[in-house]
Amino acid sequence: MKNAWTLLWALVKGAWITARHFFSNLWFHALRLIGIKKFRPGAVTIQYPEVKRVLPSRYRAAHRLMARPDGKPRCVACLLCATVCPSECIVVEAAEDPDPEVQKTAARFEIDLTRCCFCGFCVEACPEDAIRMDTGKIDLAARTRAQLTLTLAELLAGKRDGSI
Amino acid sequence: MSSVGVLLLKIVIALGWFLILALLLTWVERKQSAVMQDRIGANRAKIFGLRMFGLFQPFADAIKMMFKEDFVPAFGDKVLHTLAPFISFFFVAVTVAVIPFGPAVRIGGEDVALQVYDGSAGLLFLLAMLSLGVYGILLSGWSSRNRWGLIGGMRGAAQLISYEIALGLSLIGLIMIYPSLRLSEIVAAQGGLLFGFLPRWGIFLQPLGFLVFFVAAIAETKRVPFDLPEGESEIIGFCAEYGGLKWGLFMLTDFMEIIVVSAVATTLFFGGWQVPWLAADGLRWPWGGHWPMASWVVVLIQVAAFQVKVAFFCWLQILLRWTYPRIRYDQLMDLGWKLLIPLGLLNVLATGLIASL
Repeated sequence: MKNAWTLLWALVKGAWITARHFFSNLWFHALRLIGIKKFRPGAVTIQYPEVKRVLPSRYRAAHRLMARPDGKPRCVACLLCATVCPSECIVVEAAEDPDPEVQKTAARFEIDLTRCCFCGFCVEACPEDAIRMDTGKIDLAARTRAQLTLTLAELLAGKRDGSI
Repeated sequence: MSSVGVLLLKIVIALGWFLILALLLTWVERKQSAVMQDRIGANRAKIFGLRMFGLFQPFADAIKMMFKEDFVPAFGDKVLHTLAPFISFFFVAVTVAVIPFGPAVRIGGEDVALQVYDGSAGLLFLLAMLSLGVYGILLSGWSSRNRWGLIGGMRGAAQLISYEIALGLSLIGLIMIYPSLRLSEIVAAQGGLLFGFLPRWGIFLQPLGFLVFFVAAIAETKRVPFDLPEGESEIIGFCAEYGGLKWGLFMLTDFMEIIVVSAVATTLFFGGWQVPWLAADGLRWPWGGHWPMASWVVVLIQVAAFQVKVAFFCWLQILLRWTYPRIRYDQLMDLGWKLLIPLGLLNVLATGLIASL
């Protein structure tokens, strides 16, 4: 008998909690609707395509390549990133650089995002700080596989995410 | 207007009310569960850029379901498979006929009851139709030629038949104190006052009966705390082999059952269209005051009161559905046979004792 009352009480308590959430959230939704926004919102939802979450400053998103002041890539084609990459998604082809201080540069630098696991080892390994993952680009869907392979030009065109 | 015309009009209005409310409830269910869980819920469906809090979602769903394949599994029984959702739908849809929406109104010198069919055995008709709905579940599970569907159908039959007994027993106490099985008379009998101030509603006369009735009725709707026939996380249940509009019909039936349960609970236990202290000539306060009102205002208030009560019970049922986890099958049977039926019998006994004093 005592058990039954405990059970019934637990059921009432559970319904009370959800009902409380319902009414308080409805109240805050209504306040927002009529324009009083100083209270908390009625939901924790982030309405994704319109509103985007602020990424943490060290979030590892899609890659970009840094450029020298003259616009050429900082990369010296040492292949450390391609070596350390656990997914083997980085392809670098070296070429000679006319500048004797630089000597080597990347003629081809491709990152296959379909294979990338976004571990960030390439960024850590790079001695020239040539590759970074701070674009904040996380919506990486594409219609073809080819579109998901970032080429040298695309990587160089990448911009640092402004929100960081 | 001839009486047949009036009847047809009443059928159209009642069925329209029923279906539109059911359609609306699919939206309410999504939004209410979302608000309860600190989410926003479906709000993307829009027409001409108008979002209206996702109110167009039922139409989007309907369009989606219309364009799905009308699938009958190989070796399934095509006739029964197609018939089952319609059986489910039909037996729920006819129940709205006996629900009184308001008091009789005088239109053009003629008394028109706001009720499609005021049968002398209205309550029995209601219970019978609600029980027959189990055929849809059973046939859908059987005709799918799918073992999970069959298990779901069998569970549904066992559950609905078990809870039918508790449902009937909980209403026997009510039948003992009300003069008739005619639903309009049951509502009219709830118009008086208890102890001079309390409305003479069924809930105050039969609190235990209401508890048993409500639990059994929720089990009859086979929604989440009692959704063993469907059991979407273990067996997909009786609608495993259904898709498109046939599945949609099962879903719509579920929501219509919520409305029926709400309407029946309102009619039997919460005074139907009665408003406390509101008589035909205005408000009569229990302490002696009297606010006179025009009779059409009273009727309007009473019809609105019925809608508000039904809406409250729909809200309550959706709240319970999104609060409680599903119970196990043996627990379900224990609850039905070992708790609700003895409680129902106790209620009958207590009612008989008190009524005979």
